[in-house]
Amino acid sequence: MGRQCFETWELLYHYIDGELTGERRVVVTRHLNDCPPCGEAFEFESELRVVIAERCREPVPDALRQRVAEAIQRIQE
Amino acid sequence: MADRAKFTEMTMEHMPSLYTAALRMTRSPADAEDLVQDTYLKAYRGFETFQEGTNLKAWLYRILTNTFINSYRAKKRRPEETDIDDVENLYLYRRLGGLEGATSGRSAEEEVLDRFTETDVKEALESLPEQFRLAVLLGDVEGFSYKEIAEILDVPIGTVMSRLHRGRRALQKRLYDFGRQRGLVPEPEGTTHG
Repeated sequence: MGRQCFETWELLYHYIDGELTGERRVVVTRHLNDCPPCGEAFEFESELRVVIAERCREPVPDALRQRVAEAIQRIQE
Repeated sequence: MADRAKFTEMTMEHMPSLYTAALRMTRSPADAEDLVQDTYLKAYRGFETFQEGTNLKAWLYRILTNTFINSYRAKKRRPEETDIDDVENLYLYRRLGGLEGATSGRSAEEEVLDRFTETDVKEALESLPEQFRLAVLLGDVEGFSYKEIAEILDVPIGTVMSRLHRGRRALQKRLYDFGRQRGLVPEPEGTTHG
């Protein structure tokens, strides 16, 4: 692992969050293409993000929808 | 200025994500339902202050978060840790043997992720101290930008980045610990089973 790898890891989250723009983004993308271990590591981190988002979803209980609708209606009256 | 007559039509589609967030915040289905209802009532009463054309989901989240912090957190009985240990970046990936040799296609490390159940991921997230849990929830689960999270939590953007990045790394450590307890991930070399 070289100096560029360490510098790239520092920007990992900014990069996968889409918060890295301009030249800095170009530099990271180039390194990820040139360095397969870093490329795979970033891919893993992106996939982990998706896993976390997908496995934390909850269906809304029907009773809650109804409760909220009724509560709003009560203030309207 | 938003029209109250359009309130239900405009806001109901956000209930699944608000309810998901409420559950992760309160860790109790009954409290989560109350929190969502309170959020909708406050939002309805204050709907005139919502600027149409701005981000409605972020506006609702701000009400949800404030209501949670001001009303629900106070009910908490158990004391909660407020800080976490700093964990190195790529924590989970390294523990799963990543960086040691590049392969092509979907890696063995990524396949390990499939073994984590919904319960594992939810428990790992809920185990984080509140300020980190909220940042990870808003960033990873809801996909808000750093700027939006800063507005929802009313903290500077640097604080958002610090909480989100540290929270994510801590979440990786907790997932890895769960994985080891349940035999989902390989034991580190040099340790014995027993």
